[in-house]
Amino acid sequence: MALDKPYLDVPGTTIFDAEQSRKGYWLNQFCMSLMKADNRERFKANERAYLDEWDMNEEQKLAVMARDLNWCIRTGGNIYFLAKIGATDGKSFQQMAGSMTGMTEEEYRNMMVAGGRSANGNRVVGEDGDAQAHRQPQGRAGQTAKA
Amino acid sequence: MAHISASVYTSHVPAIGAALDLGKTAEPYWQSVFKGYDFSKQWLKDNPPDVVFLVYNDHATAFSLDIIPTFAIGTAPQFQPADEGWGPRPVPMVQGHPELASHIAQSVIQQDFDLTIVNKMDVDHGLTVPLSLMCGQPKAWPCPVIPFAVNVVQYPVPSGRRCFELGRAIRKAINSFDADLNVQIWGTGGMSHQLQGPRAGLINKEFDNAFLDKLINDPEAAANIPHIDYVREAGSEGIELVMWLIARGAMDDVAKTAPGQARAPLNMRHRFYHVPASNTAVGHLILENPSH
Repeated sequence: MALDKPYLDVPGTTIFDAEQSRKGYWLNQFCMSLMKADNRERFKANERAYLDEWDMNEEQKLAVMARDLNWCIRTGGNIYFLAKIGATDGKSFQQMAGSMTGMTEEEYRNMMVAGGRSANGNRVVGEDGDAQAHRQPQGRAGQTAKA
Repeated sequence: MAHISASVYTSHVPAIGAALDLGKTAEPYWQSVFKGYDFSKQWLKDNPPDVVFLVYNDHATAFSLDIIPTFAIGTAPQFQPADEGWGPRPVPMVQGHPELASHIAQSVIQQDFDLTIVNKMDVDHGLTVPLSLMCGQPKAWPCPVIPFAVNVVQYPVPSGRRCFELGRAIRKAINSFDADLNVQIWGTGGMSHQLQGPRAGLINKEFDNAFLDKLINDPEAAANIPHIDYVREAGSEGIELVMWLIARGAMDDVAKTAPGQARAPLNMRHRFYHVPASNTAVGHLILENPSH
């Protein structure tokens, strides 16, 4: 029998369920290793060599090296684990979250100060809110892409 | 006999900890967050608990993907603030209360909630940021703390209803402890926020304020909110709000009573809401039991 997953039609959102967790096990465990200062140093010194110590697939390694968090999430990453990469890079949670929207750091920060992203139009895939697939990337990057 | 005198609810945004630790509290951006806790710090000094039972979630810190407990109770004498990747927060060691914690574990498991018992774990911002918000920056935390970690990282997380019923079981457990201890229960996390994907930055003031109203006045209805409503309305990480229901379920006014027996309403001492702290809507409540 199919499992109940009512969250699959939420736009711009990947729910980290048991299936994602299984896909991302080694990617996320690699991230955990960055909680040790020695490992952070070794990773920074040679990212590829450090990643090759882990049983991750090639796509996961490329996604990490590209620091593309949306890509990391598609391959099974979870944001609380991926945050260890951002921490290693000296990035704040806001910088990491913003990076997934296509907005610049300033644009994202301004959106939050202005009250954040509205749920309107962003509850179900197929509406017209700013988190919907057809409106990516957001911010000036999106305007440039359309021009 | 031990008893719960009050419950405290607060967000536990990591950037709040960073703002405190880096001395940014005077900046206008952070002033508008911290001013919501001025009352609370004084209230805590005026109403010092013997123990805080602190419900929070671990953010891939003590629990990796190797072991994912749904409900974990810390029974150790001490808990070290964790290095989450930025280095450990410069905050005091957390002192536990092993006797009360193991008593609660035994009682709650006998009430059919299968807790994981943890004798060794580091505690992350989910636990230390609420302590900082309520206590400021003391050399030592004012009382022992029992960490109670809830899985809200990997779906499915426990339902709001189950969390609420667990709160009821925790109340019974605390009330059956022989020593005369004044216990506060804190529920942390939320409110609306989403940290991932193109929908990152979602905030829903209407949902959050309706949730606060319900939590205070109609907690049974709050307990019935299904997961998908949190995800759609409050963002994928807004699901953390189920943890508030554990604290709310432990209050006297919702304890099961004999038919015809009425419970006195609780006292709301403080309510605060602010957007944003980093990516998140900050919510905060203090509710006291009437007998207090």
